[in-house]
Amino acid sequence: MTDVPDSDPGRDERPAGPVGAGTAAAMVEAHGLVKRFGDFVAVDRVDFTISKGESFGFLGPNGAGKTSTMRMISCISPVSEGSLRVLGMDPKTDGPRIRARMGLVPQEDSLDLELTVLDNLMIYGRYFDMPKKVIRERADQLLEFAQLTERANDRVDPLSGGMKRRLTIARALISDPDLLVLDEPTTGLDPQARHLLWDRLYRLKQEGVTLIITTHYMDEAEQLCDRLVVMDKGRFAAEGTPRQLIEAFSTKEVVELRFAPGQHEEVAPSLAALAERQEVLPDRILLYTEDGDAALQEIARMGHVARSTLVRRSTLEDVFLRLTGRSLVD
Amino acid sequence: MTTTARGEVPRGVTIFTHGEEVPARRIRTPMWLRAAGYWAYQYRRTWRSSVVTSFLIPVLYLAAMGIALGSLIDKHSHGVDGATYVAYLAPGLLAGTCMQIGTNDATYPVMGGIKWMRTYFAQLASPLEVYDVLLGHLAWIAARLAIVVSIYLAVMAAFGVIYSPWAIAALPAAVLTGLAFSAPVSAFAATQEKDTSFSTLYRFAIIPMFLFSGTFFPISQLPAWLQAVAYATPLYHGVALCRDLTLGQVSWADLGHLAYLCALAFIGYMAGRRTFARRLVV
Repeated sequence: MTDVPDSDPGRDERPAGPVGAGTAAAMVEAHGLVKRFGDFVAVDRVDFTISKGESFGFLGPNGAGKTSTMRMISCISPVSEGSLRVLGMDPKTDGPRIRARMGLVPQEDSLDLELTVLDNLMIYGRYFDMPKKVIRERADQLLEFAQLTERANDRVDPLSGGMKRRLTIARALISDPDLLVLDEPTTGLDPQARHLLWDRLYRLKQEGVTLIITTHYMDEAEQLCDRLVVMDKGRFAAEGTPRQLIEAFSTKEVVELRFAPGQHEEVAPSLAALAERQEVLPDRILLYTEDGDAALQEIARMGHVARSTLVRRSTLEDVFLRLTGRSLVD
Repeated sequence: MTTTARGEVPRGVTIFTHGEEVPARRIRTPMWLRAAGYWAYQYRRTWRSSVVTSFLIPVLYLAAMGIALGSLIDKHSHGVDGATYVAYLAPGLLAGTCMQIGTNDATYPVMGGIKWMRTYFAQLASPLEVYDVLLGHLAWIAARLAIVVSIYLAVMAAFGVIYSPWAIAALPAAVLTGLAFSAPVSAFAATQEKDTSFSTLYRFAIIPMFLFSGTFFPISQLPAWLQAVAYATPLYHGVALCRDLTLGQVSWADLGHLAYLCALAFIGYMAGRRTFARRLVV
């Protein structure tokens, strides 16, 4: 479907050698990438490289610049400054050729609600100039994949949010893209729908599709991303695998304490010494420590009685709190 | 199809069977035509009612206003400008209908493409560019106008109000009249946040134009200052051009009408390129 030359410039600099499965070939490369809206700087000089077959996440609160970054990668939003290469091409001059090899799942669904599920796929395939017969075959496979086969001839409008989302993903896959870009794929879905969607995305990952995901859900990032960046105010606060980030920015264990309302501020100062770091949230106090049980014993010895206590392992959520100083979904 | 680095990563059998085997089309479909394809696809759902409407409207109008009212007019003043009233009225209504369809299809559907259905964004996520999206939509409006106009001209022929073979040229002329509205109106629609301005557009521009641009009576009947206003409207030129063609009264003045309509459609399209890009590519 595409007539992209074999040798893309982005790869020329790499040492020649056997390029086997999973070897890093840059799908996306950004240097000093900036997005400005008037005076507002949404993305402020970020650098990153996303390799083939990788599942890469942009994590951050609303307004951190995730979507702006995604939109630049998807070649639907012009780059304000810096350099960006996607699939070895320049979005400024090769937007259509890049998008021909990319599947985009936007934050807001753009399905045609009055048409049927199948029609939505048929129409989308035509944008890629695929022969009708091929679209039809792929549509059947994708409906199977998205678990929408039974709904193929139903109108889209009455479908549930999860079904619409799965249809949007199926639609993005119609052209057999090398790169799938998902902007907050599960926002607004109920837990069951989210798990189903994750399962589907995990399958794509297994099949070697390069995924780029933005999310403000930690569990989503932990489930799906091989590597991620934490974004805040247009910049990268940290970068690494989920494991690396937790090791670098959090402790082994976390003690969560809930006290009676109003007691937090009173108790918090005396607890600070027990942990490497303390986070006082509206509903609970978090103590970051290497040994949670020991901290609990110490608290009991001090005579504080918490309403509930919990010792758990650190998660990305803790990394996030540390890096941006606030909880994620605000 | 070239073999790029695609084959490196093993892919599962169910979703990615194609990729390599799919033969590339020898002749690529132009991007704007792919965008127009969407609207055509959508039209399949409503084409029956749309065709029936485009047949019934001229039949009803020509029967009621042309024949019934026309017989009265013809009796008292021996037709208008040397034609029976129904023959005078038919091309006026044709141009007026094109104005309405051209405006209609460039208001709510454009707003829907941006805000409600977000069709334009779906298209922009594919290889299509913003100009393809706009041109594709206008191309579809032109195609739809052509269908309506063809039916209209057939009805006119049945009513015996086509006086000249020049009438064949009324098909593109009427389509152009519609586009002279679609292009600037879609450019305007892309700047709007809400659809309330559309009813204002109808109330203060489209309906008065429909009534006073020589559609139902010669503008020479109007007071002098209103004649000047009527003369400046695009519908006047669309009506005059269509009328000269179906009545076979073609003159050099028609080149002027043609130029006016072409200019308006072109300027509207260029403005649309700006407003669409500003709205859709941020």
